[in-house]
Amino acid sequence: MTSFSRHALTGLWLLVLAVVLTALKPLLPPVLDRLPVWHPIWSHYLDTWFDWLQNDLGLIHVTRLAASGLGFLIDVAANLLYGKARWPRLEAIPWSTVAALAAVAGYYLGGWRLALLAGGTFTWCALMGQWKWTMETMSVIVIAAPFGFLIGLLLGIWSWKSSRVESVLRPVLAVLQTLPFFTYLLPAVIFFKVGPTAASVATIVYAIPPMILMTAVGLKKVSSDVVEAGKMSGCTRWQMLTRVYLPAARTEILIGLNQVIMLSLAMVVLTAFIGMPGLGAKLLAMMNSFKLGRSVEIGITIVLLAVTLDRLSKALVVKQPEHFEKGTPWWIRHQAWLVAGGVFVFFTALGRMVPFFNEVSRSQSLSVGSEIDDVMKAVLDWDPIQAVTGFLRYFFNVWVLVPTENALLYVPTFGLIAAITGFCWLMGGARPAIIGFVFFTAVAVLGWWDRAMLTLHSTVTATLLAVIIGMPLAIWASRSEKATRRMIYVCDTAQTFPSFIYLLPAIMLFGITPVTVILAILIYTMVPVVRYTIEGLRGVPAEMTEAADMSGATRWQKLVNVQLPLAMPTIAVGLNQALMFSFFMVIIAAFIGTRDLGQEMQRTLAGTDLGKNFTLGFSVVLMAITFDVAINAWAEKKRKLLGL
Amino acid sequence: MIRKFTTTLAATAAAVAICLSASAPSLADDSSDPIIIPIHNWSSQIVMSNAVGQIYQSMGNNVEYVTTDSQAVYESVRLGDVHLELEVWEGAFGKSFREALEKGGLHDAGDHDAVTREDWWYPMWTKEACPGLPDWKALNECAHLFKTAESGDKGRYLDGPVDWLKHGKERAEALGMNFVVVNAGSAAALWAEIGAAEKDKRPVVVFNWTPNFAEAVWPGEFVEFPEWEEGCDKDPTKGPIPDKLYDCGNPAKGYLKKAAWDGMKDKWPKAYCVLTKINFTNPQIAEMAKLVDTDEQEPEEAATNWLKANESVWKPWVEACSG
Repeated sequence: MTSFSRHALTGLWLLVLAVVLTALKPLLPPVLDRLPVWHPIWSHYLDTWFDWLQNDLGLIHVTRLAASGLGFLIDVAANLLYGKARWPRLEAIPWSTVAALAAVAGYYLGGWRLALLAGGTFTWCALMGQWKWTMETMSVIVIAAPFGFLIGLLLGIWSWKSSRVESVLRPVLAVLQTLPFFTYLLPAVIFFKVGPTAASVATIVYAIPPMILMTAVGLKKVSSDVVEAGKMSGCTRWQMLTRVYLPAARTEILIGLNQVIMLSLAMVVLTAFIGMPGLGAKLLAMMNSFKLGRSVEIGITIVLLAVTLDRLSKALVVKQPEHFEKGTPWWIRHQAWLVAGGVFVFFTALGRMVPFFNEVSRSQSLSVGSEIDDVMKAVLDWDPIQAVTGFLRYFFNVWVLVPTENALLYVPTFGLIAAITGFCWLMGGARPAIIGFVFFTAVAVLGWWDRAMLTLHSTVTATLLAVIIGMPLAIWASRSEKATRRMIYVCDTAQTFPSFIYLLPAIMLFGITPVTVILAILIYTMVPVVRYTIEGLRGVPAEMTEAADMSGATRWQKLVNVQLPLAMPTIAVGLNQALMFSFFMVIIAAFIGTRDLGQEMQRTLAGTDLGKNFTLGFSVVLMAITFDVAINAWAEKKRKLLGL
Repeated sequence: MIRKFTTTLAATAAAVAICLSASAPSLADDSSDPIIIPIHNWSSQIVMSNAVGQIYQSMGNNVEYVTTDSQAVYESVRLGDVHLELEVWEGAFGKSFREALEKGGLHDAGDHDAVTREDWWYPMWTKEACPGLPDWKALNECAHLFKTAESGDKGRYLDGPVDWLKHGKERAEALGMNFVVVNAGSAAALWAEIGAAEKDKRPVVVFNWTPNFAEAVWPGEFVEFPEWEEGCDKDPTKGPIPDKLYDCGNPAKGYLKKAAWDGMKDKWPKAYCVLTKINFTNPQIAEMAKLVDTDEQEPEEAATNWLKANESVWKPWVEACSG
């Protein structure tokens, strides 16, 4: 306990130092206030290095070879799904066949409700006149998501087997997860060829970190009893892995799979900038001609696809193998495949005979884009709404965001570094503090300090708001099974509904101001806060809450003194995810209009300034990883104290 | 040894090619590999790309489209991953284009007749509140009309995304204007801002360009700044204020170019020849955008319909290259 309070003291001293440095700002030597602007030097070195990597080392040939393999697979999928003129050069499968097959798969995996969801989703896509775009998107996803799952699983197993691999992989993953999208864009285009291949590589890179982490976590948690049982029954190492460890870690692997699918679909719009065909590209084109209604329809499609794929894949993994009595005829044993075959033949033939079942033409589609447009515009123009949002805009911008922003910009560089170091020390002791000090000093040395501060301001504000709004929601939802389920649905939707769509209404209501930026980040950031808080609260052992009830605690006392403290390590993981998400979204918010690192990154796209782009990207990475380390250290400490 | 052999072979091939081209002006046949055409996220470019793609298909070529970012695309053309670009706007993409040109791998394939203009713009209802428009001095006197909650006493001008390199801020400073300059992050953000101002006819001044779809939805005018002089962005003495850069409006007649991958000429000589002949005008581009934005056609069918209605425009381009 003494060492703990000494920690606290050092941290507090550092915070005091920060305050003193800020107060004495006018007296400080200028170097302590702001370091010189060194970024042109770093950019130059990076450019040279990139050039060497790409041309002299010839890395580009290796990546291009990998890309062509991936490209072949995607082309096959593209031929089958929408008839792209590539091998095997078949005609596209009719929409009715795909929808019917999805329904059959849904039925056998999870009963009629899943059948309805899967069949209904694809029918919706066709009837809305979005079939071709959906299939263009799917042709990349059906290759990228399984690749992401497999690579993630293998790396996860590897990092569980070898602690050296884990220690190398951990920082690499942290960098991959926090490297801003605008930094991926150019290297993906150069090394993997603009088009579906670059898009799928970007998708895989973005979607696998949770898969790797969850696999490793799951495998580590496998109880020794299970392992013993496996060894006693004489399993080989391969059998141990496939029959004992992986099934025992199924829950975590499933969460990983869910995240791979959700993140793949979340990337559909962004990857359209580097060649992802289909829904995302259409959505961007619609937005640029101000068609709100039709972009909402596309957003609904993306959410439906995400939910369907998620539920189907989960059901597939959960489904137990069926066992039949000896002597069961083969057509009963293979009933599902037979039905699927029959459905395939029937609908493909139907599609060939009745064009409607092959392709729904634009005039037949049920799209009501322009009607939705009118409704949305009427709602946005409605005076009470305008009055409320006008007030919120004024209040938050003028009284909250702008003053805190200016305050943060006023703090001298070394004052802020002291504050961050102190914060890290309070959270987790010396190690995070050293990392915080080194990383934030590096941000200062990179030379984008003011912009970095604006980025930091937006992320931290949005995360705090997410906690203030999200935690009560989660606490309320965790009370009942039904509310929990609904809330999870809302989370899935918020995570996959393309954020681009609500950017437009948000701008119409709040203008191009910091409030809109915070709002856009907030919607995305609340998801992990809500999800992990629910998870944490529901994971509190029943004995504990019962003990609290027996000792006569009120609901409030039970929540504050028993449930929340026990759930805190899990909530901290959610908080950490929230911060990482907001570091991701704050860069995307450059599409609204910001003045931070994201805006400068956008500027580097004109003229392909790779070096400058990376100095900006790494400023984001360094800040994000500092928080990642500090919060994880804190969660770990709590977990130990609670004996979990 | 092998290298020497290949050089000899190449030299012979070149000699044969020269002889052939001297004797008959016809071009070699195009490769059957697909010509990859990049499409971006605004309608006129999408329709134009589809129209050109369909022209190539009518010549027997294979065509594929790929969606890309409109700045990063020049790097892809340079590397030969996509093979041409049909809309190189002087203002927005000139820098990316020029830098890719310096690195090598792509070249200028000629201008369209269409001219582009990108500048400060206001929807017509703004003029009612500030009748002196379109003169920039009148705009400056009405600056208070453009105030927002965050802009203090000054008016707010909404500039284009930073990667379009528009220098609105520099201009406001050079001309001593009473305006705060805020950058929108995307074209969509600009439209949302105009759309929000529409109902109350709130005066706004934003960045806009022509040709695009907005002209049809919200009639408006460009602000008239001191006329562009060559070098206004590099030489302080140009323009009305002797010691400032950016004290002029943007060029009122910016170019709209086509760009081609260097290898296109050899791989698809006929298609390349057509590319150099392709030439659209402002009304044609506006028409293409309208088919999609107002008439709600899909870009593919809009392109087909446009080609059907305008055979006299594009047939000569193909004929000039098939002789």
